[in-house]
Amino acid sequence: MSLANSEGPLTTAYWLRCRECGKTYGHQPLSICDECFSPLEVAYDLEYAKTRFTRETISQGPLNMWRYKALLPVRDSYVPQTPSGLTPLVKAPRLGAQFGAKNLYIKNDAVCMPTLSFKDRVVAVALANAQDFGFDTVGCSSTGNLANAVAAHAARLGLKTYILVPSDLEPAKILNTQVYGATLVRVDGNYDHVNRLSSQIAERYNWGFVNVNLRPYYAEGSKTVGFEIAEQLGWRLPDNVVVPMAGGSLITKIRKAFNELIELGLVEDKPVKFFGAQATGCSPIAKAVKNNTDVIEPQRPSTIARSLAIGNPADGIYASRVIRGTGGWAEDVSDVEIVSAIQELAETEGIFTETAGGVTTAVTARLYAHGRIKPDELTVTCITGNGLKTTDCLDGAYEQRSAIRPRLAEFETFVEEHNAASQGLSLAGESYGG
Amino acid sequence: MAVKVLLPNAFQKHTNNVKEISSTASNLPELVTDIEGRFPALRQHLRGDDGQIRRFINFYVNEEDIRFLGNEKYAFQEGDEVLVIPSIAGGCS
Repeated sequence: MSLANSEGPLTTAYWLRCRECGKTYGHQPLSICDECFSPLEVAYDLEYAKTRFTRETISQGPLNMWRYKALLPVRDSYVPQTPSGLTPLVKAPRLGAQFGAKNLYIKNDAVCMPTLSFKDRVVAVALANAQDFGFDTVGCSSTGNLANAVAAHAARLGLKTYILVPSDLEPAKILNTQVYGATLVRVDGNYDHVNRLSSQIAERYNWGFVNVNLRPYYAEGSKTVGFEIAEQLGWRLPDNVVVPMAGGSLITKIRKAFNELIELGLVEDKPVKFFGAQATGCSPIAKAVKNNTDVIEPQRPSTIARSLAIGNPADGIYASRVIRGTGGWAEDVSDVEIVSAIQELAETEGIFTETAGGVTTAVTARLYAHGRIKPDELTVTCITGNGLKTTDCLDGAYEQRSAIRPRLAEFETFVEEHNAASQGLSLAGESYGG
Repeated sequence: MAVKVLLPNAFQKHTNNVKEISSTASNLPELVTDIEGRFPALRQHLRGDDGQIRRFINFYVNEEDIRFLGNEKYAFQEGDEVLVIPSIAGGCS
């Protein structure tokens, strides 16, 4: 396959293209157009993909995200070494009943491997390209989940790492980076400070920064969330998708995945509404959507949902466009609502998510309550990270009763007291309700 | 009064590989004018069809986004370091 571009002939089925002016750049570690300074993204020769990306070829692929390799930016000859993705899509009747929803599904990336967040998907694609470009050192700026994923994947691939995080990151996310032998750099500032420093570092050192010079490749990994949702629904698209937003990339890439599936004929074309979720303490994209604009005003983040705390979201413009262009909406919720939603999701569906998942769940509840999502519509809410990483938000939430002695009589007393306490709570609830 | 201005790699094709300048501009509009005066080839790339600075280009003063400091109204101080950094996004609409 040979394609003409401004740099000469291309011999691959994908290439970098400026999102705004359309200039093409072939295949290189670059994220910014040198003509209009706009972001680059990966474009594909979909004609070439038509024979390689079919329901049949996918079903014969591995039981992980690499089953969609033909629409990811890696060479045909690439042999995947990082089996992430293909997480459960589960129907959520008990959570749905709480919301008045009858057709609610959860895409559960709280159990994405190996580091329990959807970032394993993007890092898998980014590091495949880091190796292709010959980098021996990789890095990232991160609010935590990306740090964990880069550290783990780099260890498996034998790459050196420099990982930059805000200094106030949750202890579990710091430990879950260092355990892989990564070089962790704590930066005195918020994510936006860290990200800016990473941009300078990537220009100074010949390293592969997954969310700087490898960003166009990295972001493509998010498409696999969309591919999986469609395949797991029996090759059909949902009516609505609810997605947490930090930088705003994931929601745009799920849309891109759906569009590619439609264009290649794997699913029927149908309107899908995209809904975005943010914490009120960091809600620049939700604010833009509510103001019906794609102009993003930066904010100084202040929320327990640190993995979503990006005050100047680079993809905010595109996220806002996707949401408004599909008839969706964006909402933001308080820290108290986030914690309650974490507990509600765990108690109803057995899924323990981190604060970002609390944001998504609380926003989903509100979208039903406000009638923006109808009860019968097939709705998928995306849980992107695991609660074991942010247990600090539940400190003090549960009373620890004193231990009983190993005697049946003491256990029976415990049960009686427990039932009495539960009944008391129930009666109090009835009284409150009446 | 002078400020140090660090330009991103993406500009260098249009600045004869100059990465750093010293400017006596007193605020952001004057700085942009100064940069465009020194590097005329950069001007058409720096601004969109509407004549405005493209929205993916961010200016930071020391460690802060200039939009938090008053944006065009912020008066540069002696010794300020101004960083020009394009947003790094990977999205699509």
